[in-house]
Amino acid sequence: MNSLGIAWMLAAVQTLIFVAAAPLLAGWVKRLKCHMQNRAAPVVWQPYRDLAKLLQKDMVLAANASWLFRATPYIVFGATLLAAAAVPLIVVHLPTAAIADMIVLVGFFALARFFTALAALDIGTAFGGMGASREMTVAALAEPAMLLVVFTLSMTAGTTNLSAATEFVLQAGLVLRPSFLFSLFALAMVAVAESGRIPVDNPATHLELTMLHEAMILEYGGRHLALIEWASQVKLLIYTVLIVDLFFPWGIAREFTAGALALGIVAVTAKAMLLAVVLVTWETVLAKMRLFRVPQFLGFAFLLSLLGMLTSIVLETGG
Amino acid sequence: MELTSLGIYNQAIILFAALVLFTSFAMLAQTRIVQLIFTFAWQGLLLAVVTILVAMVSDHPHLYVSAALTLALKVVLIPWLLYRLSVRLNMNYEAEAIANPSLLLLGGAALVMFSYFIAVPVVHLSGLATRNTIAVSIAVELLGMLIMTTRKTAMAQVIGFMSMENGLFFAAVVSTYGMPLIVELGVAFDVMVASILFGVFFFHLRDSFDSLDVSHLNRLSETNDSLPLQEANGEERP
Repeated sequence: MNSLGIAWMLAAVQTLIFVAAAPLLAGWVKRLKCHMQNRAAPVVWQPYRDLAKLLQKDMVLAANASWLFRATPYIVFGATLLAAAAVPLIVVHLPTAAIADMIVLVGFFALARFFTALAALDIGTAFGGMGASREMTVAALAEPAMLLVVFTLSMTAGTTNLSAATEFVLQAGLVLRPSFLFSLFALAMVAVAESGRIPVDNPATHLELTMLHEAMILEYGGRHLALIEWASQVKLLIYTVLIVDLFFPWGIAREFTAGALALGIVAVTAKAMLLAVVLVTWETVLAKMRLFRVPQFLGFAFLLSLLGMLTSIVLETGG
Repeated sequence: MELTSLGIYNQAIILFAALVLFTSFAMLAQTRIVQLIFTFAWQGLLLAVVTILVAMVSDHPHLYVSAALTLALKVVLIPWLLYRLSVRLNMNYEAEAIANPSLLLLGGAALVMFSYFIAVPVVHLSGLATRNTIAVSIAVELLGMLIMTTRKTAMAQVIGFMSMENGLFFAAVVSTYGMPLIVELGVAFDVMVASILFGVFFFHLRDSFDSLDVSHLNRLSETNDSLPLQEANGEERP
């Protein structure tokens, strides 16, 4: 087999690992959170059981559900899968990295969100419309911050390609960049908002007036719900890996040898687990904020990303 | 100047300079008085760290004295004085309403851009490794002014004023490796005296208006009240 074939095979395997490992991260987060809040914790692979249960269940579709409602779970899962394929998990320079740069990655998430909101409106329930409007409000504020982070990083790295940017950070070694520090915090805040975690949204609640993402998928059941939940778990993993890749890429494999790949797997697992600890601590010490304070939260994220951009111009390149 | 061409200590200077700028933004958005005082103390601490780093890199030992002065005055003494005052004036849990926080922060970002453009000629002339941070020091100064203009309470305005002084000190450290020691001692003494005088001013303000809202000072109530009287008297005058 030639090297291109190996690369494509690795890309497929990496994407499969990505999708397969996502519920594991969700289970780990849930378990940590239970421990931290003195509750009895479910086992780490509980999300797999939940997904398997949902996949076996029959679906109940509303009588007025259109094709849009039925197609949305597949579109959401497909867009998330494509996004996952473009993010280097254990090895850089895979052929799939050329599919999408960071801007297209943001676009994939926007596509998934757009269809989720449409499907929520399609059924015509009050909760769906409310959730859709809230989700779009949050997205409209989070996306500029995310894009500014991307622009800041690509100004420094000279590329918008995620794989090349990771490679750049690896090669630069230890450089204290204030723009990266600000971008890291901005990206973390955006990730919290986009993956629906506390303090923006509470992933553990159903049927509350405060929910955002869950309100949109209230009408889904069975296979459809399994796909959407799986997609949101993959999305959390994508954001985690994105932070790891861009800011702490050490350990990721740069050539296709068994040793480097094994090290890459170990490194990304350890870093994702550590980031989950940070996320859980954050979720435990903070309370969910009122919906009307979310724009302030995201405004702060935008300010951080703007400061990252400004410091990258003012302090790092100079006049 | 590219960041990668600098040594690790110079990079640390730039990183801490960025953090000083961030504390200015944090003060701009901070509505609670006690947290505002703490953020101000943090800014002083970061400034002292920058000064120590500059002293190490540039081998100017008198900067250690400046750093020690900053640490003693702006991290310990003045925040402690202000905190005690806020407790005594019973305003340590008060929050001030800021009319449009997001717009304010964007205005702050615009000020950073503005100070970048005024600093560019200076940066071209300077040969110091810290020259990129001159723009940030000007921005800290302007942001202190923005804090003073957007706040109503005297306490927040005083903190904005002190933050402007921080910006001046910062500019002196990064553009010329500090002012002569005698000047710095004088300024430090002035700041200390100012903080005590401001305390007296707070008490007078509260005694006169029953609040620390300086917008009361805009209205010259005595003149307005006595105006009809004067007019009445004026009729009798020839």
